[in-house]
Amino acid sequence: MRKAKDIMLSDGANNAFSSLFAIFIGLVFGFIVLLISNPSEAVQGFTIILKGGFNTNAKGLGQVLYFATPLIMTGLSVGFAFKTGLFNIGAAGQFIMGAFTAVYIGVKWTFLPAPLHWMVAILGAALIGGLWALIPGLMKAYLNVHEVISTIMMNYIGMYTANFLIKATVYDSKKALSMNTAPSSVLPKGGLDYVFYNPLGNGKDLSTVNSGIWIAILLAIVMYIILNKTTFGYELKACGFNKHASRYAGINEKRNIVLSMVIAGALAGIGGALLYLSGANGRHIKVVDVLATEGFNGIPVALLGLSNPIGIIFSAIFISYITQGGNYMQTLDFVPEVIDIIIACIIYFSAFSLVFRSIIPRIMRFRKDKAAATAEAEAAVAGGEQTERREQE
Amino acid sequence: MDYIVEMLHITKEFPGIIANDDITLQLKKGEIHALLGENGAGKSTLMSVLFGMYQPEKGIIKKNGQEVRIKSPNDANDLGIGMVHQHFKLVHNFTVLQNIILGVETTSNGFLRMEAARDKVIALSEQYGLMVDPDALIEDITVGMQQRVEILKMLYRDNEILIFDEPTAVLTPQEIDELMKIMKDLTSEGKSILFITHKLNEIKAVADRCTVLRKGKYIGTIDVKTTSKEEMSEMMVGRKVSFVTEKKEAEPGETVLKVENLVIPSKNHTKKAVKGVSFEVRRGEVVCIAGIDGNGQSELVHGITGLTPIESGTVLLNGKDISKASIRERNCCGLGHIPEDRHRDGLILEFTLAQNLVLKKYFTPDFQKNGFIQFKEIDDFSQKLIKEFDIRSGQGPKTIMRSMSGGNQQKAIVAREFDVDPQLLIAVQPTRGLDVGAIEYIHHELIGVRDENKAVLLISLELDEVMNVSDRILVIYEGELVADVKPDEVTIQELGLYMAGSKRNGVSS
Repeated sequence: MRKAKDIMLSDGANNAFSSLFAIFIGLVFGFIVLLISNPSEAVQGFTIILKGGFNTNAKGLGQVLYFATPLIMTGLSVGFAFKTGLFNIGAAGQFIMGAFTAVYIGVKWTFLPAPLHWMVAILGAALIGGLWALIPGLMKAYLNVHEVISTIMMNYIGMYTANFLIKATVYDSKKALSMNTAPSSVLPKGGLDYVFYNPLGNGKDLSTVNSGIWIAILLAIVMYIILNKTTFGYELKACGFNKHASRYAGINEKRNIVLSMVIAGALAGIGGALLYLSGANGRHIKVVDVLATEGFNGIPVALLGLSNPIGIIFSAIFISYITQGGNYMQTLDFVPEVIDIIIACIIYFSAFSLVFRSIIPRIMRFRKDKAAATAEAEAAVAGGEQTERREQE
Repeated sequence: MDYIVEMLHITKEFPGIIANDDITLQLKKGEIHALLGENGAGKSTLMSVLFGMYQPEKGIIKKNGQEVRIKSPNDANDLGIGMVHQHFKLVHNFTVLQNIILGVETTSNGFLRMEAARDKVIALSEQYGLMVDPDALIEDITVGMQQRVEILKMLYRDNEILIFDEPTAVLTPQEIDELMKIMKDLTSEGKSILFITHKLNEIKAVADRCTVLRKGKYIGTIDVKTTSKEEMSEMMVGRKVSFVTEKKEAEPGETVLKVENLVIPSKNHTKKAVKGVSFEVRRGEVVCIAGIDGNGQSELVHGITGLTPIESGTVLLNGKDISKASIRERNCCGLGHIPEDRHRDGLILEFTLAQNLVLKKYFTPDFQKNGFIQFKEIDDFSQKLIKEFDIRSGQGPKTIMRSMSGGNQQKAIVAREFDVDPQLLIAVQPTRGLDVGAIEYIHHELIGVRDENKAVLLISLELDEVMNVSDRILVIYEGELVADVKPDEVTIQELGLYMAGSKRNGVSS
């Protein structure tokens, strides 16, 4: 019994538990919004949200993973920056610039053979995403311009630049979307086509999911290793926590701020590539004046995952799962806006896991000590007179 | 039995450590009651309990015989309890005045009335000789000045129970004398003072009674007049302590550090913080730079260690010009540095003890292979240093730095800097906030470094330390060296005069 309690008090368990608890509160709140907006179908609608990807069986689950992929990447981008003391609000801009670069390379550079083509497209996306974060990084390190302001500005610059460049180069005006990328640039299925499909007559109704999810998970593991196992990660975290002490220790804190931003930007850029290098059935870039939601959703993903790269994998899948569930709610009598509100409530309440992280151990400890404390309080009062006597001697 | 405050059987636990174990403290009205104990003995924790920062697991607090619950510093303030913390609680980008009135602003119709507050602050400042500029920003003033702001804050609130958590650590002897006088004046006006300190001289000078703690336990309460310093230190440490550092005559060898015409700009003013300073430190000697806080010592050290760029002049380490070298290059050239502000420069408080102990070594082949941290080596290394330097913490190498006591944090820095085996060790107030046992140890170690034929540059505000440890004393006044003397050729009073700028001794500059 005592051992079980000690495990509950350990850091890792506490972190996971607080995230789960935050999700639970988010769901409760989402259910309340459902009840208010449409009481008669609330329970049914909530069931659909909870069923998430399962609503359309294996294909649906594949879609969950497909849409989780960019969220893992933007979540990693925000989370990595968090860990190094920076608040990267610019994932949306880095994401869309990376996406454009990948699509451009995918459409135009057809001289590249198959595996090389998509690899180059991803690298290009990382490069441009990194570049988009380099500017705020340099401004932060050398001019002390706060990264929140500069990354927000870069979001808008990125969005309009990407829209302009797409229209000028890879625009399919009939569909008002970016063009299909060349087959050689589409990410391979990576074995996932054997799992995530629904039978359709003799054929398969395939999910869009592809090896992008493998790449995202691999990169999350790489980030985890960099942050926790390497001297580079040690330096980055040191600068994030205390740049004065880092300087004193001989760490080049300006270089680390820039590097940290560039890595965060590259991760978000890769997210853009992984989402849009998915062939004719996959997503295409819509040329609209709206910041990429994948970028902003990276923030709750990172918060819910407590900025831990491994936690981010799970929180991104969770948020994608809930969002997919929301899409299926349209079969009921729900207005799409209400669905968005409900999903947003669940996501943002879930991001409060940090709050629960500090509350849960307090409750656990309180319970543990309550019995002992009441028993000894009386003894303490009784003992008070003895000390007074001792002091007078 | 007119106790104004009683803390009865207080027990406070933190994960892995019992900071206070059944401690009783009773403060009489109008007395100065000293609280004595080693680092980590639980003095600060006990005071934080009284001040409402922590809730004790067990025990009760009484004010004037009535049991009270103090749940926050606001409650404490309502009960007339004020505190000067060991680590100041100031808003760095506020002015002195704004900090003092924070929480007790005088307003009319929702607008701040700063004039009345300002007059009161200036009056208090003059009355107690604190000489604080009410319009200076906290981040621009020295640590010593910041502490005076804390004292003013308490005076401003007309608190009747005043807690001083190691208030003299950063003051000059003259200032300490003045503070002692202020404390006595305050008690004669009916205020009661709890005085936390390691310094037995100060307890002897002002305190009426003294409560001693050791390792979180209550040892006893004694009458100061009838107890000797030796007895008190024995109660505190649990063994006999020597106050004078044994050392043999210095045998200075070749020059390790040579500073020539060093000029360093000041961060806040147009005038220079260091004005063309030249001196040498040789192997096998401890050179001490004495001076009142804020006379350019910090800037001088930052110039030598590379934390601040210098304006002109040269710094030679072992004959090599390092005035343009990076901080890492200087560290690797054999420069050890115990910084003045351990929280700002010396430690990463969010890191563990082990991570802090390798802060200057993590990149060496011992602790990394191909960029991967060697956790086992770091753990072994930390265990070794923890044992060697007796660093006390709740969870060993895994303890988060922030949760450790100030003295043990300092020990961690000292351990790290001694371990790099420096050619030149720059120690800025290395014993600040440490107890006699630890001070004795660090002084002994500094002499040990010297006896290994290395050079030590000590920057200290405490004249006892200056006289006790150094082989040569340089006095700095307003960015210039005004004296170069040997400790046995000078008295503490004379040093005080040099430090105040009213005396000079042929120093070429």
